[in-house]
Amino acid sequence: MIIAQRKPIPEILGMVAPYRRVLLLGCRGCVSVCSAGGDREVEILASLLRLGRQKAGQELAVVEAALVRQCDREYVESVDRWDGQYDAILSMACGVGVNFLANLLPMTPVYPAVNTTFYGGSAEQGVWTEQCAGCGNCILHLTGGLCPMARCAKSLQNGPCGGSVGGRCEIHPSVPCIWQLIHDRLERLGRKEQLLAIAPIRDWSAAGHAGPRTLVRDDLTL
Amino acid sequence: MADFSPDIRAFCCHYTAQQLCAEGVEQRRQDGLPDNVVIHRVPCTGKLMVSTLLAAFEDGADGVYVVGCPEDRCHNLMGSRRAAKRVGAVRAALAELAVEPERIAMFHLERGFHPEFVQAAQEMVSRVAALGPSPFKGGSR
Ligand code: SF4
Ligand code: SF4
Repeated sequence: MIIAQRKPIPEILGMVAPYRRVLLLGCRGCVSVCSAGGDREVEILASLLRLGRQKAGQELAVVEAALVRQCDREYVESVDRWDGQYDAILSMACGVGVNFLANLLPMTPVYPAVNTTFYGGSAEQGVWTEQCAGCGNCILHLTGGLCPMARCAKSLQNGPCGGSVGGRCEIHPSVPCIWQLIHDRLERLGRKEQLLAIAPIRDWSAAGHAGPRTLVRDDLTL
Repeated sequence: MADFSPDIRAFCCHYTAQQLCAEGVEQRRQDGLPDNVVIHRVPCTGKLMVSTLLAAFEDGADGVYVVGCPEDRCHNLMGSRRAAKRVGAVRAALAELAVEPERIAMFHLERGFHPEFVQAAQEMVSRVAALGPSPFKGGSR
């Protein structure tokens, strides 16, 4: 899922400083699973924003709400139901959600309340780790299911680099060298020879380096 | 500010609070529990949400504290540890808002109404009295 983290409260207070009424809009998708922007976090942030304003001797009216998803037009359109009740929207969804709101509401100020960080998984309660970088051309079948694009500090497709020491990454010694893990895993699986194949230079256009990507599924369009 | 009597809200788990409730107001007063501490009993402090603690400040509290079981002997196993984490989250948020984090605290105490329980209440009262009224109360500064 997409992992996000709430921005510092003073930064958020700064964004909404010009407004008296804010629609604080959570998302029940990824950001609720990673405890950054679901219903509960909306409640907490609303309280903190009111307290922050109160401290400055001002008031802030916060309409608290959450959509099933903010990355889906179908749900985002339902934002109409709060029409006229706010001066700006503060979205607790990932950047996708904020963009979707901004696309749809040309005259409404929309602000992000979280920093969208990576595609990750929950390793243990309260700990999330990056697992995929959304590169658009998956090579996990060649790497034993472990992603060097996301998990190698240098995104090497042919690794390891010369810096791996004792199975640790030279950039962050706290992190295992993913190429070491790939080697070890392929060896265990009896597929070590797979490492002899040289991965060709990657076409990065699929990774978004040629501008925003669009996916069309003819079987699904109406 | 010499005669400032802080508004203190305490959230106690059932196991910590039950005896205290049995004591009755007069007895509690005699035992030294300050009058300005309002006690809210919850089934388990692990049930307390960050938003509940923040709501107490919104409601005008000058200080808030939570009393749960000793960390390794919580009646509900992990409840008081969860509560301590949430108190920690509120402390961090207060700091972000440039408000004294000491306005909220967690105490891990044995069950029942005993001198340590009274001490915790007195400690919070004097600590918050020294800090002055909550900066969240408009115009109090
Ligand atoms: S808006 Fe973002 S956080 Fe919400 S479901 Fe979509 S991708 Fe996940
Ligand atoms: S190779 Fe690309 S698509 Fe596959 S897991 Fe890694 S970043 Fe994600």
